[in-house]
Amino acid sequence: MSPKKLNLKDKYKLLTRDLDWEFSYEDRKEAFPYEEFEGIKITDWDKWEDPFRLTMESYWKYQAEKEKKLYAIYDAFAQNNGQTNVTDARYVNALKLFLTGVSPGEHAAHLGFAFTGRQMGGIGARVAAQMQSIDELRHIQTQIHAMSHYNKFFDGFDEFNHMHDRLWYLSVPKSFFEDARTAGPFEFMIAIGFSFEYVLTNLLFVPFMSGAAYNGDMATVTFGFSAQSDEARHMTLGLEIIKFLLEQHEDNLPIVQKWLDKWLWRGYRLLTLVAMMMDYMLPQKVMSWQEAWELYFEDAGGALFKDLERYGIKMPDYTDTIKQEKEHLSHQAWWIFYQYTHAAAFHTWTPSAEEMDWLSEKYPDTFDKYYRPRWELAAEMEAKGERFYTTGLPQLCQTCQIPMAFTEMSDPTQVVYRESIYNDERFHFCSDPCKSIFDNEPEKYVNAWLPVHQILQGNCGGGGLDKVIEYYHLEDGVANLDFEGSPDAERWKDWKGVA
Amino acid sequence: MSRVQIAFQDNDESRYIVAAIEQDNATAVVHYEPAMIRVENEGSLIIKRDTVSEQIGMEWDVQALHINLITLTGHIDEDDDYFKIMWNN
Ligand SMILES: [Fe+2]
Ligand SMILES: [Fe+2]
Ligand SMILES: [Zn+2]
Repeated sequence: MSPKKLNLKDKYKLLTRDLDWEFSYEDRKEAFPYEEFEGIKITDWDKWEDPFRLTMESYWKYQAEKEKKLYAIYDAFAQNNGQTNVTDARYVNALKLFLTGVSPGEHAAHLGFAFTGRQMGGIGARVAAQMQSIDELRHIQTQIHAMSHYNKFFDGFDEFNHMHDRLWYLSVPKSFFEDARTAGPFEFMIAIGFSFEYVLTNLLFVPFMSGAAYNGDMATVTFGFSAQSDEARHMTLGLEIIKFLLEQHEDNLPIVQKWLDKWLWRGYRLLTLVAMMMDYMLPQKVMSWQEAWELYFEDAGGALFKDLERYGIKMPDYTDTIKQEKEHLSHQAWWIFYQYTHAAAFHTWTPSAEEMDWLSEKYPDTFDKYYRPRWELAAEMEAKGERFYTTGLPQLCQTCQIPMAFTEMSDPTQVVYRESIYNDERFHFCSDPCKSIFDNEPEKYVNAWLPVHQILQGNCGGGGLDKVIEYYHLEDGVANLDFEGSPDAERWKDWKGVA
Repeated sequence: MSRVQIAFQDNDESRYIVAAIEQDNATAVVHYEPAMIRVENEGSLIIKRDTVSEQIGMEWDVQALHINLITLTGHIDEDDDYFKIMWNN
């Protein structure tokens, strides 16, 4: 008789749970030194349920299959000069922002999950976090590979890592992940595993990647969806960790709620970049930021919070602000970049007449009233040879590091200014939630590396803007400024045979 | 009841998975979006190994779902012969 085939549950038990051992001669507390210092109480790790029950063996098998499919498409894309088939070369600027702003976050997530995959005391959680750590490494690698083809033909890709550490707007994603990685293991899991992966990454990957497909970019949609196939597993880990912590001990509830309030806001602010990519940077649009927010946050997130109510978890009280901001966010963000594009590693432009009509249709209550007149004026000035730039440096929010440009929802023409005094010093914030995040942990956020402060202190090349641009490794007139008149635009016209 | 959703890359394997979903979930709504297929259903949604195997014309392993999966919502219940997502509200 041949041996009986194990079913999924037994296989998972033997090949995952059984990898753990008892600590007979070493102190368990010393092996997991971070497990208690956040105040989280775990009574029984055996209660951890991994719903996917993926063993290492199947993990490697399916991951290898995904990679083979992915790289076959990269080859085809390169062999067929896929870069010439995108709808419009302006589109490629969204990829530059992706590679400089998002991909290094994959690497940060890789490091963060390696940490929790070592530090959590339960084997089930540890194995899941280790798999995720390997996934995240795969994500940054496949993204670099996909972009390396674009790098042969477009400016702004080559120094992505150098730029990630220095550029003013890239400090937003960089500080977000550093904030999470300098927290304890459970806060990291709630920050990245739950808040970011479960609640927010769909907004980054799903509509945007669908948009890449719509804009003729086969390489990006493929790495995006290939990464996203791991994401379904990451989301499940995020949901599992929050349920587990809440079920383990009632004292965990206030701690978890506080982390949620903090990280959903931090993540939401980070997605400002995505809002702008969707509404302004995709020449062929799939859905508006507002529609994506409604589908993936309000609808899917709403169902999730209804489920978490049983544990006493509440939707953060700033949700109403977010609801109002969805009609303003992308317009305010693109305006920031339009003003400061001389110090950015991608190109900007004013939306065309058709694009503005699309924006009016998607944002009937706000676009014509607040934003269309501004873009029309900018285009008019451009036509007269008086392209508008802001030459001063903006004030940054101490928490999210985004320039202070978001407005009061009660009066969308008024910029929000909030402040706190800590140790006789005054700190500035873009919003009430950013202020309360600071007020909860001022000793952490006073250490923020704020690009504008650093420039003014002479730590970014010293001297004027020309020195700062050099420090960024930006060559003036190449990767920065408007798309119109850029070397990218000239090459594109050449390929397409337009004069 | 809240809606659950699941999305797949639009390709030749997913097509049969989606056909199986439609067969086993009478109220499921299928949306074809650029490069992806998104399926929604009230409360829960089940994918059965046998139905997919029948549709695809060969033995299909539930865990092969990972290859073309893009995203999902809800809690998961997975076993050898089915994969289910649901909300408890
Ligand atoms: Fe990732
Ligand atoms: Fe992830
Ligand atoms: Zn802020």
